[in-house]
Amino acid sequence: MSYIVEMLHITKDFPGIRANDDITLQIEERSIHALLGENGAGKSTLMSILFGLYQPDGGTIRVRGREVKISDPNVATSLGIGMVHQHFKLVHNFTVTENIVLGMEPRKGPIIDIREAEKRVEEISKLYGLAVDPRARIEDISVGMQQRVEILKMLYRNAEILIFDEPTAVLTPQEIHELMQIMRKLVTEGKTILLITHKLKEIKEVADVCTVLRRGKLIGTVPVSETSEARMAEMMVGRQVSFHVEKSPARPGATLLRIEHLNVKTAKGVLGVRDLSLEVRAGEVLGLCGIEGNGQTELVQAITGLTRPESGRILLRDRDITHLSIKERTDAGIGHIPEDRQKHGLVLDFTLGENFIIHNYYEPPFARYGILNRKKIQENAERLIREFDVRSGQGALTAARSMSGGNQQKAIVAREIDRSPDVFIVAQPTRGLDVGAIEYIHKRIIEERDKGKAILLVSLELDEIMDVSDRIAVIYNGSIVAIVDAASTDENQLGLMMSGAYRPATAAAAQE
Amino acid sequence: MTARREKIVLPLIAVLLGFLLGSIIVIATGRSPLAMIGAIVKGFTGIDLLNPDVPFNPRYIGEFIIQAMPIILTGLAFAFASRTGLFSIGAEGQLMMGSLAATAVALLVKAPKVVHLPLVLLAAILAGALWGAIPGLLKAAFNVHEVVVTIMMNYIALHVNNYTILNIFGSVDRIKTAPFAPTALLKDPWLESITNGSRLNWGFIPVILALLIFSFIINRTTFGFSLRAVGYNKEAARYAGMKVNRNIVASMMIAGAFAGLAGAVITVGTFTFGRALPSAEGYGFDGIAVALVGGNEALGILLAGMLFGGLKAAQPLMQSQGIPREIAGIIQASIVLFVAMKFGIKMVLQKFERKQAPSTEGDRV
Repeated sequence: MSYIVEMLHITKDFPGIRANDDITLQIEERSIHALLGENGAGKSTLMSILFGLYQPDGGTIRVRGREVKISDPNVATSLGIGMVHQHFKLVHNFTVTENIVLGMEPRKGPIIDIREAEKRVEEISKLYGLAVDPRARIEDISVGMQQRVEILKMLYRNAEILIFDEPTAVLTPQEIHELMQIMRKLVTEGKTILLITHKLKEIKEVADVCTVLRRGKLIGTVPVSETSEARMAEMMVGRQVSFHVEKSPARPGATLLRIEHLNVKTAKGVLGVRDLSLEVRAGEVLGLCGIEGNGQTELVQAITGLTRPESGRILLRDRDITHLSIKERTDAGIGHIPEDRQKHGLVLDFTLGENFIIHNYYEPPFARYGILNRKKIQENAERLIREFDVRSGQGALTAARSMSGGNQQKAIVAREIDRSPDVFIVAQPTRGLDVGAIEYIHKRIIEERDKGKAILLVSLELDEIMDVSDRIAVIYNGSIVAIVDAASTDENQLGLMMSGAYRPATAAAAQE
Repeated sequence: MTARREKIVLPLIAVLLGFLLGSIIVIATGRSPLAMIGAIVKGFTGIDLLNPDVPFNPRYIGEFIIQAMPIILTGLAFAFASRTGLFSIGAEGQLMMGSLAATAVALLVKAPKVVHLPLVLLAAILAGALWGAIPGLLKAAFNVHEVVVTIMMNYIALHVNNYTILNIFGSVDRIKTAPFAPTALLKDPWLESITNGSRLNWGFIPVILALLIFSFIINRTTFGFSLRAVGYNKEAARYAGMKVNRNIVASMMIAGAFAGLAGAVITVGTFTFGRALPSAEGYGFDGIAVALVGGNEALGILLAGMLFGGLKAAQPLMQSQGIPREIAGIIQASIVLFVAMKFGIKMVLQKFERKQAPSTEGDRV
């Protein structure tokens, strides 16, 4: 058997951390090879080395049996290696075609031949079953479509080895399903795929071989058909992982958060939330499930104060908070894990320690008479890093920007749970996290519930909603179409309700 | 390379490259770069390498500090706004308003020095802050871009200054006002005498205080914390409940205060009378360069301000060596250019570091 790519004994050091320690990875041609590991296990570093973004401190790389030195991404491209990054690298006000041909434009004399470019894009997209509108602007198309543009960009550059860095982290369940089909199609057309992920389900569904990394070290390589999700999870985390959230039945108390006839406009000026009413009680997790873009974001932003509702009321312990500022709401007892961690959750250029105190930086013990107390800030950071197992190269002084996505999210969760708010708005808390971290965050959410807090969990992951919630509210087109008991529902029923096709009689009664 | 080391090494390389380019141009014009270096050394230290008869003249040190003081302050002004994510080019106008306020208080108030001089400085600080508040308020209330507003405000300040000096304070020669009372001045005969008759004055005391205050506010206070948060990520600051708009106004006011103080340091330090100006003198734009090279940090601004001040002071000395004075301007401009090219310099450095890496790898295989 010949390998198309071999990375032998790769070692890479960063300040304070050995990201890759003697890792060997061998990839067969025309296969889907998964690279599995927790956040910060060294997957992205290894792939960045293969793509020429980093230089290894030791080890060799062979492509098609020949030893190569990949000094920058241009070398990788010429070797037929392409990469779809987790955060897309697209020009937003360019069209799909312009983005794909950028840097390799077909020309007619000195002028870009956009007709020819569009024709070629269409040819490639037909060949691999990647339907896109070549003339659409990036800012007007969905995230799933944008990802297709990234894939087409690689194919346009004749990439044979395609690296996908956490490709499903930003996709809806439907888009994930489509992506899996695209990947299969690419392999039958002769491509080789390297899939970086921590989602076991996806590996089981699509990959042939799986290599597991943990804390920078190689744990092993296994054929996917001969292993189980539980076994892979154990290899990744280093202990047995429970996929199911352990929890006792909820003991709901008084209603802490009450939303009455709320209407909220989206950024584009249309109503995103329509006449929505909802109650969350102390000691319960209410899961809000729905397909992305059905008003979840607007609802969360209206509750937390990031946007102003058009009409309706929001009550916290029977106190009207509809017109309070963000600060006043925070002080009144609302906590918020925002869905966009890089936009709202963190100041990426701040250190970890600074990010931990972003809500209460002006209060003792962190400040007195307007002067910051560095020692206390440091101690607070060290405590949270320890307690929540946030992995960072330089402790409290680590720049948030330099941390992996999963650890950034852990830092936000640590900060918000530590404040212990009465009403906790949790949006996409585990997006992009590995099973170990997910298990931990779910456990902490349930602990908060058992302390008598009211929790509104907003998630696009049905598994998460069903596992963690006590009651589930289904949102469709800005309104709650049903509220059901988590114990007495299933994926099919929720799926139907999310698509607006099915509306149980009980739901109508619950809304009255 | 760590971020901290980078912040020190990259500007240093830029400075070296700037001088290198300056030397090449001097050689191209057929003169000796040694004469240029001699002039620059003399401008900074007063030590004359080329003339053994007068080996040391402290007057040059005094003159170089005079040049550095106002651009350190305008550098602080630009940097402070910059830390809140604002690109303010209004230091020029804020400086002129500060200078005008200093002139007004110097001419109109009669008091002993301990009262009069602090009043002059305070008036300049307040005038600068108020002039800075206007673009801040417009930004906060209507999201009008601060670059446009501050440019316009610079022109308004120039003409307000000239109108007031000429028509209200009654300039006799259409250039300057009557001389100020000595109680209003930063000037001191003793400082002048120890520097062999330079214009050195007590202005460096408020400059040092301003540097310390800048550093303290930005790094140690909760106010500075929220300013930096707004500067780095406005949305996250809003999410955390910070008052973003209030911070924008406050930041522009404090930036204006630094620039206003610069106006006073010039008017009652370097000069002894209010002046009508034919056009802006460029302190504001020099300040942007100083802040850029200084990395928006107090210590960096101090060093960059001294460097550019010294280059300015060296200009007449170069001319006396037969080297065009514009060379100093070219060096200054190319330093800024090289700092702006820091990503390119970083790439070259990384390539260099990488070239050394394979040798250790080779040992292992």
